[in-house]
Amino acid sequence: MIEIFSLEFMRNAFMAGIMLSPVLAVVSFFVVLRHLSFVGVGVAHSAFGGIALGFLLGISPTITAIIFAIAVSNAIGYIGRRGKLSADTAIGIFFAFAMALGVVFIGMSDQYNVDLFGYLFGNILAITDKDLIIIALLGGFVLISIFLLFKELLFVSFDREVALVSGMPVALLDHFFLTILAMSVVISIKIIGIILVSALLVIPGAAASQITDRYIPMIAIAIAVALISTAGGLLFSYYADLASGATIVILSSIIFFILFIAGRFRR
Amino acid sequence: MKEHGADIGNKKAVYAELENVWVGYYNKWVLKSIYLKCYQGEIFGIVGPNGGGKSTLLKVILGLVRPQKGVVKLFGHRPDKHSRLEVGYLPQISKADRSFPVTALDVVLMGLYNRIGFFKRPGSKSKEVAMEMLARINMAEHAEKPFGMLSGGQQQRVHIARALASKPKLLVLDEPSTGVDSVAQEDFYELLAKFRDEMNISHADRIACLNLEIHYHGEPDSCFEPEIMQKVYGKNLNIMVHDSRCATCSLKKHEHND
Repeated sequence: MIEIFSLEFMRNAFMAGIMLSPVLAVVSFFVVLRHLSFVGVGVAHSAFGGIALGFLLGISPTITAIIFAIAVSNAIGYIGRRGKLSADTAIGIFFAFAMALGVVFIGMSDQYNVDLFGYLFGNILAITDKDLIIIALLGGFVLISIFLLFKELLFVSFDREVALVSGMPVALLDHFFLTILAMSVVISIKIIGIILVSALLVIPGAAASQITDRYIPMIAIAIAVALISTAGGLLFSYYADLASGATIVILSSIIFFILFIAGRFRR
Repeated sequence: MKEHGADIGNKKAVYAELENVWVGYYNKWVLKSIYLKCYQGEIFGIVGPNGGGKSTLLKVILGLVRPQKGVVKLFGHRPDKHSRLEVGYLPQISKADRSFPVTALDVVLMGLYNRIGFFKRPGSKSKEVAMEMLARINMAEHAEKPFGMLSGGQQQRVHIARALASKPKLLVLDEPSTGVDSVAQEDFYELLAKFRDEMNISHADRIACLNLEIHYHGEPDSCFEPEIMQKVYGKNLNIMVHDSRCATCSLKKHEHND
């Protein structure tokens, strides 16, 4: 097994997986607590429009995807808070609109060798050194900012009305969380894929919540679930020659079901 | 409707004041011409039917709902995030997520977050204050228990400890006995009375009967006069005496109004 680490693309994929696991796990902790699973799905799909725009303009698709995803996630948050539409209706609209724009942009671009399947379902061959730097910088930003604002995010997630009364900038914290959610989605796309990344925004936190009632163990277990799923999924992807996003998500789902059953026995 | 009812004296500061406040949703008035003053040191109760505007009225006082018309003052200013720092708020129990992975101590600590400030963790001093609050509500031994494993009454106690942790000037309680069994309700009101006595709050308590408008605003006893009750709850009213501790409940005042 050690020989696979002599391959540069596998080293890159593993390094990306190890860096992304704590980011996705900590974000999933809040996604589960705040019931934002569907927002994660919407933001991930909307990133497709951004990636396609990058190809059309001939610039880095990661940059356009980040801008696109941040704009869409904040628009969903704004409409959910201020508009007469519910958040899930807003997601339904943006999700389809951004995907449709993506298809149009791809159609308009003259690049025919785009690895669309890789972007949709993940590709272990895709992680470059530049991607690792982006993952380290943005992933580091997400983790540090959550660490610094942890108690505020926890309070708003637990009881937003009381948090607001006690002086928390609730709307600002909501938009901040949606922004780091969008960043986490985009940096995970190459390895997990647009269609499947939302699963890792839910499963680690959901799995951990089955076997603990406290937030620190819950975060630690979520990180372990994400690490095991990513590392195992990447190995499986390499040996079985399957899309890495699919193998990672299948493994994390299996872990979820095991912990779900363990949780039933616990109670 | 102009404010009327008991005058509890002008020496005490006015903490919350509403003047001709109108609130509406979707072209329907929820609050109509509300005049209200809540003074330092008094317990002010608001009763009324479901949909009568009680929660909206509290949210107006807190500045969470802006009225279409009228003036709202909290500690003499328009309610904002600064004036709200002096308020302890207890929402309806149903809004708390029972499966949330926090302990009773974590929940009480949340009441101190605004004092701790951004980017900082609660230190040993904050934990001491929170533990002291838990001890005052006889919940110290449950400090490390998951919040979701506490009974409804215990959760409500923890909520009140959180609301009081930052030593607020004004405590706003929205249907504090909802979802709590009768024994726990009794405990809860005893606890409130205990805090009131400890804080040296006067007994000049008043009550407002609200159903879109305020129909009475004065001594609690008089609110239960049949005429006022009819205005608030409608004609087909049948009140059952359900709480022996209720100072305003007496057989004489609970005759049928049909």
